[in-house]
Amino acid sequence: MRLSMDLELQDVPGQLILALEPFRLYKGNIISVVHHRDRKTPRGTIPVQLVFEISGSRIEQVKNHLKKNNISVVRIGEDRFVEEVSVLLVGHVVDSDLGDTINQIDSTGFAEVVDLCLKMPGIEDPSSAYIKIRATGKEEMSKALAILREVGVQKDLLVIEPIEAEML
Amino acid sequence: MKEIRISQVGCGIVGHGFLEVVRRKRDMLRDLGLDLKIVSVTDHTGTIYEKNGVDPKKVLGVKTLAEGVANSDMKGLEAIEEIESDLVVEVTPTNIDHGQPGLGHMEMALTQGKNVVTSNKGPLVVAFNRLKDLAGENGARLKYEATVGGTMPLISLVERNLVGNNILGIKGIFNGTCNYILTRMMEEGYPYGYALMEAQELGIAEADPAYDVEGIDTAAKMTILANSVFGMNVKYDDIDVTGITDITTESLALARDRGYLIKLIGEVPALTVKPMLVPRRSPLAVGGTLNAASIETDLSGTITVTGLGAGSIETASAILSDIVNIYTTRNIDDRS
Repeated sequence: MRLSMDLELQDVPGQLILALEPFRLYKGNIISVVHHRDRKTPRGTIPVQLVFEISGSRIEQVKNHLKKNNISVVRIGEDRFVEEVSVLLVGHVVDSDLGDTINQIDSTGFAEVVDLCLKMPGIEDPSSAYIKIRATGKEEMSKALAILREVGVQKDLLVIEPIEAEML
Repeated sequence: MKEIRISQVGCGIVGHGFLEVVRRKRDMLRDLGLDLKIVSVTDHTGTIYEKNGVDPKKVLGVKTLAEGVANSDMKGLEAIEEIESDLVVEVTPTNIDHGQPGLGHMEMALTQGKNVVTSNKGPLVVAFNRLKDLAGENGARLKYEATVGGTMPLISLVERNLVGNNILGIKGIFNGTCNYILTRMMEEGYPYGYALMEAQELGIAEADPAYDVEGIDTAAKMTILANSVFGMNVKYDDIDVTGITDITTESLALARDRGYLIKLIGEVPALTVKPMLVPRRSPLAVGGTLNAASIETDLSGTITVTGLGAGSIETASAILSDIVNIYTTRNIDDRS
């Protein structure tokens, strides 16, 4: 499973290596490490954000090992979404039940609408909506966009997709 | 010095542009060892035929050859069949439904073993593979750079400079009129109708803009690219087309606020033409009447070219490049 973790390290040499050590020991695959040396906490510690993949059964061992190494784990959570795209909808977006349009994406379980901005120039005029979709993978994003295209055809909405998806 | 006898069929905006370009570049062409002799020019009213070459100035001064210039009532087919020439420049008006009259002209020329260079999309949309086969059977060359990206060197780039690469996909902006309208709508906040009117006043859009704004022109270009670059057997109707007429000022503003532009994007081999969000940082984020195309390859990564998509002299320059390529390079680009 893919997880994200926020840590706080003491501002002394060697702490980052200590923090990463359990991921090597328990065969975690580190996707990204962001080491915020310039953003010390009020306690003088340095925040670090990790994204990694690891077997669910080994998370507790990693956490215990970090504790043993005197590394503070501030937060740990499942990082489900790895793909993000922006899409515009043009037409009678609201009258054609925007809630239903969003729900058709959300109900997939693998993609969600996470941002929405709407412009409605007049009652008779077509509206425009910006939505941001996140999905658990490339294939899932393709499925979500296919659903949106189908909804667009049914509700006579112009669906404007990006030329490329963005990795989160 | 190699003499190339050319029959030009069609004498509208592009035809005039070609005559002007040949006139201007005569010395440069001679330096390349080429003597381009336009032995005949034909339009819908007749033909001017001069065995030793038509003086371009004679034709450049008139709208139709009927204005005291034509010395024969030969039509295009007759001119191609009866006048001795090495190459036919086919620049008659395009028709993507049946390809005529250009299709007949090209078939006649290729059957006679004459090379054909064209900016006319119609015949290639209707019968690309048939024309290519006809050229091969008769030892002639068919060149059509001007049909796809105007001055953007797209076909020659793929066939010559990127030879050895697998072309995975091509996508981009292939219609300057749509790009101009979308650019003005976003920059000035104009509604679609007003931006279109401005484009028409400037001569960028036709009085009947449907061919451009409904995506037909871009789809025709995707048909040609699919057949020529990807070796597909695609017809115009296989392209999924959505134009720009439903784009609103508000949608452009929403896109802009989040770092995107809206562009009409044609894509092969996806075979789609539709408005899409293009990040501002993308090399495809070109404005005004510019065209831009990204070519995705297996060895060279993604290569993007940009250039003017239309215009009399610009289109003629692509025709001239094709002619020069035929007579100054080996046939590596005719492997298909």
